Amino acid sequence: MVVDNSSAMAGAPLLSVEDVSKSFTIHLRGGVRLPVVANVTFDVSAGECLVLGGPSGIGKSSILRMIFGNYAVDAGRILVRDRSTGDVADLASGDPRLVLGLRRNHIGYVSQFLRAIPRVSALDVVAEPLLARGVERKVASNRAAAMLERLNLPSALFNLPPATFSGGEKQRVNIARGFMIDYSILLLDEPTASLDETNRDVVVTMIREKLTAGTAILGIFHDVPVREAVATKIINVAAFSTREAA
Amino acid sequence: MNSDPILSVRKLEKRYGNFIGCTDISFDVWPGEVVAIVGESGSGKTTLLNCISTRMERSSGEIRYRMRDRRYPDLAELSEAELRFLMRTDWGFVHQNPADGLRMQVSAGANVGERLMAIGDRNYGEIRRRASDWLERVEIAATRIDDMPVSFSGGMRQRLQIARNLVTHPRLIFMDEPTGGLDVSVQARVLDLLRMLVSDLSLSVIIVTHDLAVARLLSQRMIVMKSGRIVEQGLTDRVMDDPSHPYTQLLVASILEN
Repeated sequence: MVVDNSSAMAGAPLLSVEDVSKSFTIHLRGGVRLPVVANVTFDVSAGECLVLGGPSGIGKSSILRMIFGNYAVDAGRILVRDRSTGDVADLASGDPRLVLGLRRNHIGYVSQFLRAIPRVSALDVVAEPLLARGVERKVASNRAAAMLERLNLPSALFNLPPATFSGGEKQRVNIARGFMIDYSILLLDEPTASLDETNRDVVVTMIREKLTAGTAILGIFHDVPVREAVATKIINVAAFSTREAA
Repeated sequence: MNSDPILSVRKLEKRYGNFIGCTDISFDVWPGEVVAIVGESGSGKTTLLNCISTRMERSSGEIRYRMRDRRYPDLAELSEAELRFLMRTDWGFVHQNPADGLRMQVSAGANVGERLMAIGDRNYGEIRRRASDWLERVEIAATRIDDMPVSFSGGMRQRLQIARNLVTHPRLIFMDEPTGGLDVSVQARVLDLLRMLVSDLSLSVIIVTHDLAVARLLSQRMIVMKSGRIVEQGLTDRVMDDPSHPYTQLLVASILEN
């Protein structure tokens, strides 16, 4: 649903989260309600890297998942602005086709763990977002290979399914996939958690390149050097949390 | 993505006397989209699939289909000839048991070629060439073209059934537990093949399965059924990661973690 198509003002946020709240109702446990976050409100503009801070279990990953449409929201709006047209869509309204369209063109997500598909090679996992946009298979494969090389994944692994890879190797496949396309919004959930220093530095460089290109990044980084290298602003999610402090 | 649905189901109901097979079923399918219908045995999902594909008569409700000429009639308004065209050409139906979708006493090549002949192809050499192409696409050696499906393994039979369905370039495929009868290793291969073909050919698919892992792998949207009714529907990953209905939560909680 298009909320408005007022002029594409320079500097208007690409992502606006307005009064979003989320809870889980666990029917198998007598309908107990687990509140997660409430009144989550922030903007992310082009070239900004907003970092969600605060201790584990406070709802940081849940916020990313809501913005990707993977979790439903109880209330509030998640407005995604089209960089070229200025059109704004409310992802929180939840229409599956709207969410799928936003994912294809606007929102990239690097989750903490790669969900591997049996029999699909690392190269194909990485090339997939390009193929979904109609890029020719050969071109997509070449670009995917270049991205994996940049992340120092041994080329012997390119044609193997990532199921048997180490944690760090899987994570690099996941990062490569998320960085293949120039999404306007990139969601990063601890992308460097299982990487060594060399590869961590590669990822930092890649994040900075995206910011220079005008991507709006929202991320969770427990890794302090990475956070300091990329964050333009940090918000403490504890302010939105409806959970009792542990 | 095309903005017009290829199929719309509204208030569909199937009754057997007082017994409800399925009721109050409404959803749309868009071109190129895979929709999974999940639920346990007896939830009405196969009844629903059979009603939509006109293999079974509905009791009430609407089923509209986008014809190649852009008309959008209710299937009940179509002539016998038009319905036959849909069944033989524009649609495919992949059964759980390949023997239900194949002719076991004729060769693999004839099983694939038969659908071409049904739409008027008469050039034997051309039919054989296309049959052989399709066997290779589903990873069956072209040298097996003259063998009977009875000599094939379960996985090969299922792949042959898929080739037979796709040779006419259908736009909508119905699948009823397509990997249900296969060993796990064979299942992975068939799923991988289906995933590739569906995306390469931009097929619309309605797949019935009790296996949530299969639904997750193949579908973008999911419909959860219980006792003949839809209890939840939405994006597949959201329904699985953030299920809201008690029954969906139970289903998801019952999956083994890997």
